[in-house]
Amino acid sequence: MADSRVRTATTPPLLEPSAWHEIELEVNGEIVGAQVESRLLLVDFLRHRLGLTGTHVGCEQGSCGACTIIIDGQASRSCLAFAVQADGASIRTVEGLAPSGAPLNRLQEAFHTEHGLQCGFCTPGFLMSLTALEESGEVGKESIEEHLDGNLCRCTGYVNIKKAAHKALLGTSEEAAR
Amino acid sequence: MTAKISAAVVLAGGQSLIPVMNLRMGHPAALVDVCRIPELQQLSMTPDGSLHVGAGVRQADVLADREVGARWPMLRRAISEIGHPQIRSRGTVCGSIAHADPAAELPAVALALDATMVVRSRRGERRIAAEEFVLAPFTTVLEENEILIEVVFPPAGADSGWAFEEFATRRGDFATAGAAVRLVAGAGAVIDCRLALFGVGGRALRLSEAEEAVVGRPVDEEVLAAVHSAVESGLDPSPDVHASGEFRRELAARLAVSTIERAWERSNG
Ligand SMILES: Cc1cc2nc3c(=O)[nH]c(=O)nc-3n(C[C@H](O)[C@H](O)[C@H](O)COP(=O)(O)OP(=O)(O)OC[C@H]3O[C@@H](n4cnc5c(N)ncnc54)[C@H](O)[C@@H]3O)c2cc1C
Ligand code: FES
Ligand code: FES
Repeated sequence: MADSRVRTATTPPLLEPSAWHEIELEVNGEIVGAQVESRLLLVDFLRHRLGLTGTHVGCEQGSCGACTIIIDGQASRSCLAFAVQADGASIRTVEGLAPSGAPLNRLQEAFHTEHGLQCGFCTPGFLMSLTALEESGEVGKESIEEHLDGNLCRCTGYVNIKKAAHKALLGTSEEAAR
Repeated sequence: MTAKISAAVVLAGGQSLIPVMNLRMGHPAALVDVCRIPELQQLSMTPDGSLHVGAGVRQADVLADREVGARWPMLRRAISEIGHPQIRSRGTVCGSIAHADPAAELPAVALALDATMVVRSRRGERRIAAEEFVLAPFTTVLEENEILIEVVFPPAGADSGWAFEEFATRRGDFATAGAAVRLVAGAGAVIDCRLALFGVGGRALRLSEAEEAVVGRPVDEEVLAAVHSAVESGLDPSPDVHASGEFRRELAARLAVSTIERAWERSNG
């Protein structure tokens, strides 16, 4: 007789073969092959599957910028992409800026000397946004502002972050203080 | 397989859909990524001078295209107001129009520039004017299994002027109110005027009274005053956390006036 207290769990859709994908991508210069579920976010793939925990998760809505990485040359939110969408892509995370042992790069150095961070939670996102800007060759006061706008700092240390960006990308941090 | 596809939802740039999924407010059974379909990645100009933007074309790609920017400056200007570079790098033009956020820039631009939506399903293809495409907030005429495959912007003639302005609490935010105008002038008078307002109703909208106040005359103080009052009496925006209804209405009226003035200056009227 059926016992009303007994329930049969449905088979999780994740067990369906169609929910799994083989992907191959480049992460900080290394080729990575993996099997991922459709629903796995790119940021979770980086943090949990590759152990690259420098990319942070704040809002998961695209607004805070803590998860910003560079996908095929462009700063993008890794919380608003699925890992499977990165198949064939070239990805860079904050770990790639100064691989272990290497000295901090110019941008990181400027964040250090200008005190462009307090708790540091937002820092990787800012660094990746500014790296993408630097490489786009469109560096200017206006574009720096625009890129900084896309990242939030919950410690609100914006003046120093702006100074660091100006110092690294324009050579002087004096203008930024105003 | 067919059963599964009928439950599938289009995934374009994911910049609106994935936040909804992350918030557990939407849980589609399957997604189809249109950005990986090569035929939908075309950004091209046809011999008749129109611009075709495929479903997989990112907002950033349109912004970076100098020829598109020179010929459709309103499109460039409007895209530069969408969020931040980090969002436009993945968000698509078609995705923004299909999403139909009442405060979004691109549905208004499609309206002002008289764009055509090309929609396809297994049942065939249909072409829909921007005018008829959006029905209500986040609701379009797209039926189940239909995909917006491209948006077509007609050529802008040499005698036309344009302007695009918006007011947002912070740069990068959705507009509290905004206006997009395309105006055709000749022999010292306005021949045609398309004014699209956004952020002030359930969808981007045109106000025929305001447009009629402009057509057939040069744009002067009197015309601009008529536009102001036509917008004021034609709108009844709802309040939200950003602004009261009256503030939005006044903003819209002023933006309509300043964009029409600017578009007139830019035209060869
Ligand atoms: C922080 C942040 C700030 C933003 N600021 C702005 C802003 O200021 N102004 C603005 O306009 N937008 C803004 N956006 C939204 C952004 O422009 C989105 O990119 C856009 O709304 C949706 O485009 P998408 O390509 O990302 O579509 P998706 O998110 O992939 O899709 C959105 C919806 O449209 C449907 N869809 C997409 N493409 C098609 C198609 N070809 N055919 C049929 N259906 C389709 C999807 O099924 C889904 O329902 C912002 C987003 C974020 C995260
Ligand atoms: S976690 Fe991605 S933008 Fe906030
Ligand atoms: S330094 Fe703490 S969030 Fe920016």
